[in-house]
Parts: sequence; C-alpha cells; structure tokens
Amino acid sequence: MTIQEIQEEIVDEFSMFDDWMQRYEYMIELGKSLPLIEEKYKIDTNIIKGCQSKVWVHADMKDNKIEFTADSDAIITKGIIAILIRVFSEQHPADIIKANTDFIDEIGLKEHLSPTRANGLVSMIKQLKMYAIAYQTQLD
Amino acid sequence: MLDVLKIREDFPILKRTVNGQPLVYFDNAATSQTPQIVIDAIVDYYSNYNANIHRGVHTLSQEATDAYEVARKKVQQHFNAKHTHEIILTAGTTHSINIIATGFTDLLTAGDEIIVSALEHHSNIVPWQMLCERTGAILKVIPMNKEGELLIDVYDQLLSDKTKLVFTNHISNALGTINPIEEIIKKAHRVGAAVLIDGAQACPHIKPDVQALDVDFYVASAHKLCGPTGVGVLYGKEEWLHKIPPYQGGGEMIEQVTFEKTTYAGLPHKFEAGTPNICGGIAFGVALDYMNTIGFDAIASYEEELLAYGTQKLLEIEGLRIYGTSKNKTSVISFNLDNIHPYDVGTIVDKLGVAVRTGHHCAQPIMDFYKIPGTIRASFSFYNTKEEIDVLVNAVKKAQMMLS
Repeated sequence: MTIQEIQEEIVDEFSMFDDWMQRYEYMIELGKSLPLIEEKYKIDTNIIKGCQSKVWVHADMKDNKIEFTADSDAIITKGIIAILIRVFSEQHPADIIKANTDFIDEIGLKEHLSPTRANGLVSMIKQLKMYAIAYQTQLD
Repeated sequence: MLDVLKIREDFPILKRTVNGQPLVYFDNAATSQTPQIVIDAIVDYYSNYNANIHRGVHTLSQEATDAYEVARKKVQQHFNAKHTHEIILTAGTTHSINIIATGFTDLLTAGDEIIVSALEHHSNIVPWQMLCERTGAILKVIPMNKEGELLIDVYDQLLSDKTKLVFTNHISNALGTINPIEEIIKKAHRVGAAVLIDGAQACPHIKPDVQALDVDFYVASAHKLCGPTGVGVLYGKEEWLHKIPPYQGGGEMIEQVTFEKTTYAGLPHKFEAGTPNICGGIAFGVALDYMNTIGFDAIASYEEELLAYGTQKLLEIEGLRIYGTSKNKTSVISFNLDNIHPYDVGTIVDKLGVAVRTGHHCAQPIMDFYKIPGTIRASFSFYNTKEEIDVLVNAVKKAQMMLS
C-alpha cells in the first residue's frame, strides 16, 4: 500500500467514531500493535526531543524501504507514534520525504499538531522524515 | 467564610468551557486567573492615562507615575517592607532572582559556599549554578525526605562561616511543602549569610511579613496573585540593595551620565532600567487590593479545606499515590496513578475540561528523588470548589479506566 492509501485507510477507521473518547481508545489500541523497538536501541540518543513523555525510534533499511520501530513510556504517545509508523514504515525514503500528514487533522488529532504541544507529534514526524532523508542520501 | 460562588463571579474566565465541558481550573500554581477588577485596571490604564513614567511633566505622565508609585506603596504594605524603596518592581520571580544572583558576583570569592534546597524550582537553581561558575563558589544542597520536607539537621551541618548565601522557596511548587523559613533564616544569619526566599508559590496563600521574617531578599510574581504576567517583586533590605551593583544599564537607573562616568540613581530606580511594565505594576497593586479584601486568613482556611477534601477523595482511587505529604503544605496535590504516565492522565482529564499540570514542574531533582518522570499536579485556589474537585476525581477515574 502507498502512504496515501494507508492514510485513507486510517481516516476511514477513525470516521467510525463519533466522540473523542472512542478515538482515544482506538488510538490506545493501535499503540498496542506498535512494532516495538529492540531493547538495545532504547537509548537516549534515540529519544525524540520535545516530548513530555519518552519516545524512542529506530530505523533500518531493507530492500530500499525503511522499517521503523519505536516505543514510548506514555500510552497515548505510543498510539500516536504507532499511527505514524503504520503510515511511514516499509516505504521508500523518497515517498516518506514528500508525504504530507494532513490525515492527522482528519482523524481528529489536530490538537496534537501544534508545535508547542508537549507530546511532540510534530517532532515525531520531523524525526521520521529525517531518517528518510538520511537513507535517501545513501541511495543517491 | 468565603462566599465562593460570589467570588467566582469576579472571574470571567471561569465561565468558559473547554472541549465542551465547563472549565475546571486546577493549574493555579502555574498561574492564577484574573478578576474583572484587574482586567478593568489594565483597560483603564491604556484607555485613559497610558504614558511613560518618571520623566514627563505632562499630565498623563504624572498620572501614570503616581499610579505606578501607588502600586509600589501597596506592594510595600502588603509585604510589610520598612521602606518603599526596598520594593523593586521586576518582570517576575525569575528576573528578581537573577538580579541578586548576578549582583553577588562581585561579593563572592572562590571557596565561598551557597546553600540551596532540594525542593527548588529550576529558576532557583540555575542562576546560582551560574553564579558559582563565575565566582568559584560551591553549591551545597539541603536534602529532603520522602514526605518532601527539608532535612534541617543536615542544613545545620552545611552551615559554616564559609556560607555566604542561602536560597530556598517558601513553598515548593512541585509538592506544596511549606518550608520552615523562619528557622532557615535565623540559622543563616547566625553564620553571617544572607537569605533569599522565593515566595512565588507562597504568596497566593500566605501574606509574608518581610520584617518579622528578617529576610534579606524575598521575591514573588504578580501573575500567581491574580495579577498580570510580566510583573514581579524583589524585596531587599536597604543595606543589601545598596551593596549590590545594578543589573542592567539603561534609562531610569541613572543619576548623571557623561562619557567619562555614570552615577547610578538611588533605590529603587537603580534596579529598574528602561521603561518598566507600567500597566502591569499598576494592575499588580489592584490585584493585591483584591486579595487583601478577600483576606489571606479566609483564603488559607478555605484552601486548607479544599486540600483536605481533595486529598481524601483522590486517595479513594485505587493505585493513586500522592507525592509531598508534609503536614505543612498548601493546596497543591502532586500525584500519579500506578503504571500510568502522568502525561496520559493530563491529556484525558483535559478532554474532560480539567486543567492540571503534568510533567516535572521545573523541578527535575525532585522527580529524580522519587524516580518518576513527572507527576500530575492539581493546585487549588480560593475560587475553586469541592464540586470541581469531584469533577477532577471522576476525570482521573475515567482516565485510569481508559489507560489501564
């Protein structure tokens, strides 16, 4: 699936809910399916700055596609990073770099998009794209 | 007895909703809300007599100067300072602390010692660390016990003739502990050390008497006292304020300027370079009047009631732990739910209209002590109600349900 298709799928899933509680409960549920980072990568240098909770992200490249793994000590944050990883993992770096993230707004998580928000959704997206840029330069 | 429902009418913000729910504002330790009378004072200033102070001969400037100096007088009376010129109006507590920390650079030599408490806010740690870096002085820390109280017997051992300065907050922002500052001040003076008390958290609950305390410096912020942001106070004993050099150079703080030499203005202007926050200062005075009209005794006893009620209700939640359990504490409850990140709880209760603070509360050493990433902090003010505490408790229960 392309990034765009996955985003549409997620928007579709979230459209079933009519209040924030159901949305958050689903997000928490998605957090449980997060591809977990290996313990050895759960180190300070892999922590995304700008989050009130800790978020670790690790990236690997296989067959020219990036595989992300992550974890967080907060369950809502874990849900957010899980959604992002579902969208961006196993994609070509170039596609990750050019992808837009408007779907966040559509699934009712717009409030998390503010750069001053302590959960650092913006920092997370930035970090994932940074990995993509780094791997893209290897391919170039 | 406070007529809380009537008091709530004074605060327009308390009528708003958040995420579709009536606002329950429990982040008072971060900033208090603003009563209409203070908002009106701000509007009145800009509508009727906005002018720069202390220099114009024109009517507006005179009016603004008078109002600003009346405010200073109110601050003096509130803190019971001996002289009006011992009251420096600053941008806030952090600014006040930095004036003193910077000012002591020339008064310390390598090997001198500075004592801070383990309960400090970062803004009362970092400026002293910077001072130590500049002077070679050594920073010592009064440790705390698990109730969140300072270990005064260790403090006794830290004090010596090398001690030049002691700094502690009057009340801990993260835990609400009321520190025994009378004792801390007395003991510091015995070895000839000066004492600065950070009253940012205390002033919303307690009316400090700087002369009775015999404290050398006392600092606070207007925005925690129903006043506007960007204004604070630095009280200093006259003799200390004379000893300390000016913090910033600029207009207002000079007596005479030539390119050869500038002589500084007297107190308090020596520390008030540039155009001050005139409107803020005036509104600060109005806020103090407002709080004094309600009365600090009434405020303290009502908030004590809220603290007792909140503590009891929150502790009924299984797996909830309160940090900071001193018998001497103000209406601040710092807590966590077992195995749940404070950030998650904060996010959910916000959705339910409840404003609490989550995180390390700018007091990372305290969080390290308890080995936790942070806490959820609910801080009550005199305009809060028990019904609002019930809303908080239900919101926390809901969060616990969703998150476990």
